[in-house]
Amino acid sequence: MARRALSIIAALVVAGAVIVPVAAVLWRGGGITALSAADWAALRFTVWQAFWSAAISVVLAVPVARALARRAFWGRSALISIMGAPFILPVIVAILGLLAVFGGNGLLNLILGPLGVPKLDIYGAHGVILAHVFFNLPLAVRLILQGWLAIPSERFQVAASLGAPLFWLLEWPMLKRIVPGAFAVIFVICLGSFAVALTLGGGPRATTVELAIYQAFKFDFDLSKAASLAVVQLVLGGVAGLIALMLARGDMLGAGLDRVVQRWDGSRVIDAAWIAAAAAFLLFPLGAILVAGVPGLLDLPASIWPATLRSLAVAIAAVVLTIGLALPLATRAGEAASLLGISVSGLVLGTGLFLLVQPYVRPSDVALPVTLLVNVLMSLPFVLRILRPGIEGAREDFGRLGQSLGLRGWALWRIVYLPRLRRPMGFAAGLTGALAMGDLGVITLFSRPGEGTLPLVMYQLMGAYQMEAAYSAALVLVVLSLGLFWVFDKGGRVHADV
Amino acid sequence: MLTFEGVVYSQGAFSLAADLSVAAGKVTAVIGPSGAGKSTLLHGVAGFVPQTAGRLLWDGAAIGAKTPDRRPVSMLFQDNNLFPHLTVLQNVGLALTTGLRPSKDVTERVEDMLAQVGLSGLSTRKPAGLSGGQQSRVALVRALLQDRPVMLMDEPFSALGPALKDEMLDLSVSLAAGRTVIMVTHDPNDAVRIADEVVGVVDGKAWVPLETSAFMAQPPEPMKNYFGS
Repeated sequence: MARRALSIIAALVVAGAVIVPVAAVLWRGGGITALSAADWAALRFTVWQAFWSAAISVVLAVPVARALARRAFWGRSALISIMGAPFILPVIVAILGLLAVFGGNGLLNLILGPLGVPKLDIYGAHGVILAHVFFNLPLAVRLILQGWLAIPSERFQVAASLGAPLFWLLEWPMLKRIVPGAFAVIFVICLGSFAVALTLGGGPRATTVELAIYQAFKFDFDLSKAASLAVVQLVLGGVAGLIALMLARGDMLGAGLDRVVQRWDGSRVIDAAWIAAAAAFLLFPLGAILVAGVPGLLDLPASIWPATLRSLAVAIAAVVLTIGLALPLATRAGEAASLLGISVSGLVLGTGLFLLVQPYVRPSDVALPVTLLVNVLMSLPFVLRILRPGIEGAREDFGRLGQSLGLRGWALWRIVYLPRLRRPMGFAAGLTGALAMGDLGVITLFSRPGEGTLPLVMYQLMGAYQMEAAYSAALVLVVLSLGLFWVFDKGGRVHADV
Repeated sequence: MLTFEGVVYSQGAFSLAADLSVAAGKVTAVIGPSGAGKSTLLHGVAGFVPQTAGRLLWDGAAIGAKTPDRRPVSMLFQDNNLFPHLTVLQNVGLALTTGLRPSKDVTERVEDMLAQVGLSGLSTRKPAGLSGGQQSRVALVRALLQDRPVMLMDEPFSALGPALKDEMLDLSVSLAAGRTVIMVTHDPNDAVRIADEVVGVVDGKAWVPLETSAFMAQPPEPMKNYFGS
């Protein structure tokens, strides 16, 4: 009974933390009649860029996933692991890496310029899509690779011995099942894009709704306009999120991708080319951060270090709060409540919280707590996805044994469930910590100069064209983000007897 | 005596009816084809499967409404009898306390019992560091230390080889002497080896127990298929 009550309280807290700010936004928005031409343009661009980002990611992912599914080579499992990294890579770091490769003074222009190729420009709509493909191509590859590896190898053997067309017999049905879900998930992720649009987009032709909310807020201080746009984003994200939820299959963070299906078709050379291209697209920007960041590490501006501490504090608090909320919420109803958070964007929540606290305190005084809260709400759905199977497995395997020994309540959790959950909890904590560490979202709305988090300071350095310092800050940020993930994930694995 | 008065256990669409008595202090085997309801019967007695009709009595007192840990039974499950993250001492200690740091008194009792089954010196190991037979012994020790008059065994040794299984059956019966043992098995030889009486379970119905030799000589009519006669 006590556990049930705790679950209900946690679900109410989460639902309230999402619904109250949204209600505040709706109340101040006063309907969506007030949309200007620019707002409509932002809405169109948001849907357009999300569509193309998802389409390009998925279309390119198919040959890459197929190549990975049927070729064994040195570094294959490392490459697949690295393809999981963009999920926890701070957006701003990746953007800086992309600038280093595709930017005006980037690697590509350096090589292609002397050959007479016109200068590439990464800023604008195509830059936004490029960055989204960078983040989501690996995700699409992993999702589709799961589909490929789920086809039993015996079927390939039967098909090969019959000389049957593999694609139409085995692969097309699988793709028809997996690809719409992968497309939908990426489409939803790109709909909520803020940091990418903030850095690479902007202007009348490359502003997303999220960015428009930020601009209405920050530059025009037009609260009712921000609120109207927040309602638009809410409806957009909610509808698309529901559709994605219905279509999505497979486990976004899935493991067990190190199997290779033995096959007797396809060109080795073409497969190698796809794999090499995907790896280069992924690794060059990351490598560029390393190369450009190391020299400046010793004379980083002093403002970096307090910002680093603030980011670490937010990240660790987010881990504690998220896991603390997730354990009582790990039921079907709890997961549904937490999904509210994913359909609402961070900036909408931020706008709502701003409207709520504004009469009482200066919003900049609560910039960090608000950032923390938004991060917790955004991480919860992922964390529950990870923890629920573990809790259900532990209940299935040891629930009756625990009952017959008279273990209940806290004793049951302490002796049975928590130890069984160490691995997924470590993984979930790592994910939450890394995401919070690298988050550049709601903090941009609230923060006072000199009180930002590390991603914000890095963004400000970029804005001030202090690129060397920005590269070094990026290096610090990425090391800390991936480091947090590693420490928590490792902590869950050490001495975990399975 | 464990008495089933028109008891029905229901699990989803499946239900099992039992109207019989199991003699106290004896070993009773529960035999029947897969899916007939053997495990349902045992899990019903243990309190894991809802009882939807009748009364379950132990020594004349109704126990059908009690939670699993308040019933006069201890249970050996088919698998997952030990928590893999706990040591042997902690696993067995849970029979006597709900803490993970057993007192000196508890530790001594656990070590004593472990020594009786030939597991001296293994109390700091975790289950993964034990052989299958050793794991079975640890689970048996815990069930015995729970000190309940009825011990339920849901084919706990089915993963062991034939010789080891026989050894474990003999050990269980000798250490549980004086208790009421009810054991599910699909192997008639197990029943012949250790059981005083046999309850046949077919198609959702448990039959009145018969003495083992009588049961083997003339199983209830619907069970003849199972024995291939």
